[in-house]
Amino acid sequence: MNYRAIEAIYKYEMARTWRTLAQSIVSPVLSTSLYFVVFGSAIGSRMSDIDGISYSAFLVPGLMMLSLLTQSVSNASFGIYFPRFIGTIFELLSAPVSTLEIVLGYVGAAASKSLIVGCIILLTASFFVDMQIMHPFLMLFFLLLTALTFSMLGFIIGIWADNFEKLQVVPLLIITPLTFLGGSFYSINMLPEFWQTVTLFNPVVYLISGFRWSFYEISDVDLWVSLGMTGLFLLICLVGIYWIFKTGYRLKN
Amino acid sequence: MSAIISIKNLSKTYEGGFQALKDINLDINKGEIIALLGPNGAGKTTLISSICGIVTPTEGSITIDGFDIEKDYREARAMIGLVPQELTIETFETVNNVLEFSRGLFGKKKDPAHIEKVLKSLSLWDKKDDRLMTLSGGMKRRVLIGKALAHEPEILFLDEPTAGVDVELRKEMWETIRELKESGVTVILTTHYIDEAEKMADRIGVINQGQIILVDEKKALIQKMGEKNLMLHLCEKLAEIPASLSNYNLQLNDDGMQLRYSYDVQQEDTGITGLLEGIEAANINYRDLETKQSSLEEIFVKLVQKQ
Repeated sequence: MNYRAIEAIYKYEMARTWRTLAQSIVSPVLSTSLYFVVFGSAIGSRMSDIDGISYSAFLVPGLMMLSLLTQSVSNASFGIYFPRFIGTIFELLSAPVSTLEIVLGYVGAAASKSLIVGCIILLTASFFVDMQIMHPFLMLFFLLLTALTFSMLGFIIGIWADNFEKLQVVPLLIITPLTFLGGSFYSINMLPEFWQTVTLFNPVVYLISGFRWSFYEISDVDLWVSLGMTGLFLLICLVGIYWIFKTGYRLKN
Repeated sequence: MSAIISIKNLSKTYEGGFQALKDINLDINKGEIIALLGPNGAGKTTLISSICGIVTPTEGSITIDGFDIEKDYREARAMIGLVPQELTIETFETVNNVLEFSRGLFGKKKDPAHIEKVLKSLSLWDKKDDRLMTLSGGMKRRVLIGKALAHEPEILFLDEPTAGVDVELRKEMWETIRELKESGVTVILTTHYIDEAEKMADRIGVINQGQIILVDEKKALIQKMGEKNLMLHLCEKLAEIPASLSNYNLQLNDDGMQLRYSYDVQQEDTGITGLLEGIEAANINYRDLETKQSSLEEIFVKLVQKQ
């Protein structure tokens, strides 16, 4: 294993985060804080409790997930797309590094960044909302699993995209709607029965549901189903990445 | 001399059906500078990219010091440094950081002393903390060389290293390449500049339409392929070449003031004595004469045109 290569990629990517602090960390924290102020404090105070939890507290896991998913995808997709776009990818392809090492470096850095953002959002939320985390280790586990899975998805998008528009298409037109409709702001039990069934085809439902369970022990679907679906999604992303490097898709001629 | 790179029956056909390389066989010796010459689209970059692992060959095998580039890619690639043709660098990073990144990527532990040595040799030491976007084109080109040298490679590929570089900087780069050769690094150079190949290389390979037309020692190539010209500067204008001299390969220039005789230096009898006697007999007076060996450029043009 070329540990130094993993370290080099990881540090190089993290350096970009510190260099673009406003864009990488301040911006997602600010937008999530606005959600808390508007939906949590202003509107939320007039909403009734959901499963015995105040609406503003109910929002916290959903908003963390919203940020985690979009940040993981955009960080990882940009991380690998940028060297492809400017041509420095040649160095990666001609270096003595394996697929696993490249993925560990890029996905590790992207996941770290979104975890940092997630934790800052949690800290920010604690200033606005009175909340509790009943299963902190499970919460961290979900956080880590989701960050890794969606960073891998972002990595795949970064390889697939051949222009900046495509790079934005998936996060904006797929990830964000799925997250909004996946129970970030409401419990799917509040939907009519037909839409509840439709919603179950949205993979994000399982992530948010499981994550929310770790906070308040309330969920839309069973915890084990949530864990299973998250694991399955991780596996699909792993297979996708393996295939990309095996075939050289969009990387090698 | 032992071969450090061995290429056997290498072919590459791209998805669209374009065959960029056709059955290439080439051994590159340890410690030499070999220049690969060829027109645009000849296959030079595809050949380099195949050796470095950027392009997947369709057929054939490549070994680096006995290591197969696919099966033993770690050992093979660790020996190689690549300077690409395009100025591909991350403009927001500093010079020092991009070199350290390259070194780490190749699995080498941090060595600030080596990075300092490389940067000093490329006259970039005072720019080490500058962002790449603030550097000139020539400096960025040197940063690329620095990145390729950061992990102390034994083989260095330079794909058009002096393209778009001013004359002074080009000379500096030639000096750097010479120093690398002296330190034992094998250098593979592709270039459009024939004079660059002529000045730098020990051996020359000519590629055209995906095939290696010829590989030879530079001096031997010039001797073998080159012809010599004897130029006679005449005292008076000559209307046409006299019939008595028609057996000689003579050409009269447009103003009728110069006669050029082309001959093969390899031949025992170059025909010069007979020609000069014939010129005297034809009462043609000349005020000066000179001989000129054909340059690598003329040989290259001749070879490519032959194909």
